[in-house]
Amino acid sequence: MTRIDAKFAALKDQGKKGFVAYVMAGDPDFDTSLEIVKGLPGAGVDVIELGLPFTDPMADGPTIQKAGQRALDGGMTLKKTLALATEFRKGDDTTPIVLMGYYNPIYSHGVETFLTDAKAAGIDGLIVVDLPPEEDDELCLPAQAAGMNFIRLATPTTDDRRLPKVLENTSGFVYYVSITGITGSAEAQATDVGPEVARIKAKTDLPVIVGFGINSPEKSQAIASVADGAVVGSAIVGKIAEGKPVAEVLDFVKTLADGAHRA
Amino acid sequence: MANDLFNSFMSGPDEKGRFGIFGGRFVSETLMPLILDLEAEYEKAKTDDSFWAEMDDLWQHYVGRPSPLYYAPRLTEALGGAKIYLKRDELNHTGAHKINNVLGQIILARRMGKTRIIAETGAGQHGVATATVCARFGLKCVVYMGAHDVERQAPNVFRMRLLGAEVVPVTSGRGTLKDAMNDALRDWVTNVRDTFYCIGTVAGPHPYPAMVRDFQSIIGKEVRWQLAEQEGEGRLPDTVIAAIGGGSNAMGLFYPFLDDPSVNIIGVEAGGKGVDMKMEHCASLTGGRPGVLHGNRTYLLQDDDGQILEGFSISAGLDYPGIGPEHAWLHDIGRAQYVSITDKEALEAFQFCCQQEGIIPALEPSHALAHVMKIAPDLPKDHIIVMNMCGRGDKDIFTVARHLGFDMEESD
Repeated sequence: MTRIDAKFAALKDQGKKGFVAYVMAGDPDFDTSLEIVKGLPGAGVDVIELGLPFTDPMADGPTIQKAGQRALDGGMTLKKTLALATEFRKGDDTTPIVLMGYYNPIYSHGVETFLTDAKAAGIDGLIVVDLPPEEDDELCLPAQAAGMNFIRLATPTTDDRRLPKVLENTSGFVYYVSITGITGSAEAQATDVGPEVARIKAKTDLPVIVGFGINSPEKSQAIASVADGAVVGSAIVGKIAEGKPVAEVLDFVKTLADGAHRA
Repeated sequence: MANDLFNSFMSGPDEKGRFGIFGGRFVSETLMPLILDLEAEYEKAKTDDSFWAEMDDLWQHYVGRPSPLYYAPRLTEALGGAKIYLKRDELNHTGAHKINNVLGQIILARRMGKTRIIAETGAGQHGVATATVCARFGLKCVVYMGAHDVERQAPNVFRMRLLGAEVVPVTSGRGTLKDAMNDALRDWVTNVRDTFYCIGTVAGPHPYPAMVRDFQSIIGKEVRWQLAEQEGEGRLPDTVIAAIGGGSNAMGLFYPFLDDPSVNIIGVEAGGKGVDMKMEHCASLTGGRPGVLHGNRTYLLQDDDGQILEGFSISAGLDYPGIGPEHAWLHDIGRAQYVSITDKEALEAFQFCCQQEGIIPALEPSHALAHVMKIAPDLPKDHIIVMNMCGRGDKDIFTVARHLGFDMEESD
């Protein structure tokens, strides 16, 4: 059982919805980023999604693109991203960390070496945007064999015919992308999302968490109420981009987490 | 290389869209169902006579195919060795090979009921071809172009706008061709239901590399019968040469000859300021290593951390940090040879071609010609080289003028 499995089991026992926060590793710099990540559990975050910077983030909108660029400009790398997780783990051995990014930095590092290093750094799961089920041999299956969750994205274009294939090698949770689009663009609508989550839950026992297009405590609550939890990324990253002090970023995160937990 | 391998070079890609380890379908889940639909539709079209009848009709009457295979007497004489033929794809409507492929994809898009076409473009040739065919069929067209390229290719931007396309200058990332491709993918993921992504080269997720190759293969197929007509039944070229950015014109010329062991195949990458210097080039095969970008695994210019680097070339059409996956495979198995040519060498070839043959070549095929100029003098006179003149140079005269020190005001 990974930290992710344990966390969702505990949430279920408490009858609570989950809140997942995304931040880009190394944005705006290593130290500030570490301070923010360390503060997330205290702000009510159940799962930390740690962005792995990449030059060509094809599924991301301008907010997260720029965050990646700031991190890279500051010298962030995959190794330093894992170092950040290692630092975090020194003070927190229960909050799950999901690494989210694109395949090339991982492929460049070497899949086997990466899995060893990521596990040692306390990473619990992976979301790799450009690895659909058709490419499961690349990383998904080796990751699961190494005891790490591989969290798959399901989208509005994942029809019933395709859904079983998407769910087949997914573990930890299912990440439902609420919109056809990129991060930080259109707003998710609970009325659209609810039936889609139900459709997925009919086919799996895994928690279904919804992300993309959630940017306020109200939205966080509305979406979490029709799913097992909500993810917020761009809205938080936007605060970091404005140069807000860490305490203020974490206060904002807390309002989002409270929203989800009210659901 | 063992001869018994030669019957297998044209069978790729496999059912996972791979050429050896290269290719594949590295895209987000939102796009995956679309890519599978496209593959199914293309498989159907491939064996549908009515599809090819429509293509042939447009190729002949709209594009002006077949393009001539032209024996270049003064080039041949000046170099004093091999006999040089130029495949004149620069005479196509819109001035380059790009339209061969665009026609195929737009006809497919219409069959799939898509009403909105998006494309990425570097030099603007693929953008112009896409805008042209969209105008021909009354389809909405949006072209993504790096902000830097919008500046250096102003005439093509104006052409696209005249043709009714919306040109979106891309400022994300570094504002180059790879960023234009990123933004096109972002558009696609947002507008999946009505939009068709018309990719301009033999790259991207399967089935694009194979599909674009198949549409461009008209080049090599024509060369086969045209050379036989001029040089005698059964005479094949001894060497075929083409320039490579993503590699679509090259794949189109090479593919029909992959299983002919006597044909030497040479791809010419953009060496920029020189492949030895710090990444100021676009020679992915000579200066890169395998990675995953834009839906496929291929050779990429990247740093130690797997971050993608910007290419550098005088030619905006070659300015891409990757290369089509089939080229990556042909390189690894040794069926084709890949070399690089610097900006300076390409500029010399550009001028040489103008003076010797009265043909103003684009900067892209000028790279191929520069390599012809290197090897032709040492080859015997009965050695036949066919080089793909894949585009004309009108779009490049401002760039060339600047490099040659002419002060030429642009029309704006």
